[in-house]
Amino acid sequence: MALEDKVVDIIVDKLGVTRDQVKPEASLIEDLGADSIDTVDLVMTFEEEFGESIPDEDSQKLKTVGDIIAYLKSKGKE
Amino acid sequence: MSNLAGKVAIVTGAARGIGQAIALRLAADGADLALADLKTEWLDDTAAKVRALGRRAECFAVDVASSESVNAGVAAIVAAFGQVDILVNNAGITRDTLILRMTDADWDAVLDINLKGVFLMTRAVAKPMMRARGGAIVNVASVVGVTGNAGQANYTASKGGVIALTKTTAKELGSRNIRANAVAPGYIHTAMTEKLPEELRAQMVKLVPLARPGEPEDVANVVAFLAGPDAAYVNGQTIHVCGGMVM
Repeated sequence: MALEDKVVDIIVDKLGVTRDQVKPEASLIEDLGADSIDTVDLVMTFEEEFGESIPDEDSQKLKTVGDIIAYLKSKGKE
Repeated sequence: MSNLAGKVAIVTGAARGIGQAIALRLAADGADLALADLKTEWLDDTAAKVRALGRRAECFAVDVASSESVNAGVAAIVAAFGQVDILVNNAGITRDTLILRMTDADWDAVLDINLKGVFLMTRAVAKPMMRARGGAIVNVASVVGVTGNAGQANYTASKGGVIALTKTTAKELGSRNIRANAVAPGYIHTAMTEKLPEELRAQMVKLVPLARPGEPEDVANVVAFLAGPDAAYVNGQTIHVCGGMVM
């Protein structure tokens, strides 16, 4: 499965949103209704799924779906 | 009494005293038990009594003051039971002495087990409870965490901290249907209070309107209530179980 699909699957599962809402420009908090615990939970899930430790200073910059995909790709994930 | 049927409960400090009474009461209510203490052999007695009630009991060596030990222990519990529904943070110690005589080591040992231990266990179970979309955490504090007590600077600070940590846990995890509450025992008849001088114990009973020390089962009954569905709308509270000693 492509990285994009995995990320979208996780967000759909955690936030209870539909796949077509999870667009690259969608903001986790403003568009997808995530609260602060959701964002921590998502980051922890990405860490587990992709075997990549995401430090706080990086995770705070991940505002949109596209930010997450770009970040994981920049770490060599696919 | 089967309102905890199908639930898995972790009890720390389950070898004896209040911890053992809590484990047995939760088992009587239908829960399966993950028993934690420093050494698994200390838990043989509690485990046998849980099994005699027809419930599953597994024993885990956990040093609640160590994040490595806590994380490994909780992972082993989740692997063994597949879920965690209830966490009772009961493990605690005393190192009583006046502030003037209290060493750094006395302070650190009590704070590490009584307060940091609650934080580490709570952090470790938060994720499996979030994944399960629910859970109940019950912390064993103490009325002296509210009142202070001469000779117990470390213990009272740790227990006051537990009450505050309970409230923060309730606020952070409440939206995930995870409740956190505390019990604050007063003078309870256990090995820990048995060590106190006879004179002091007689004085303490005089402060109790019910005119007797509490029994571990008195505390366990309230823990079972807070862990169970009857307390579904109780969150962030500290219930004093002290015969009216502190109101």
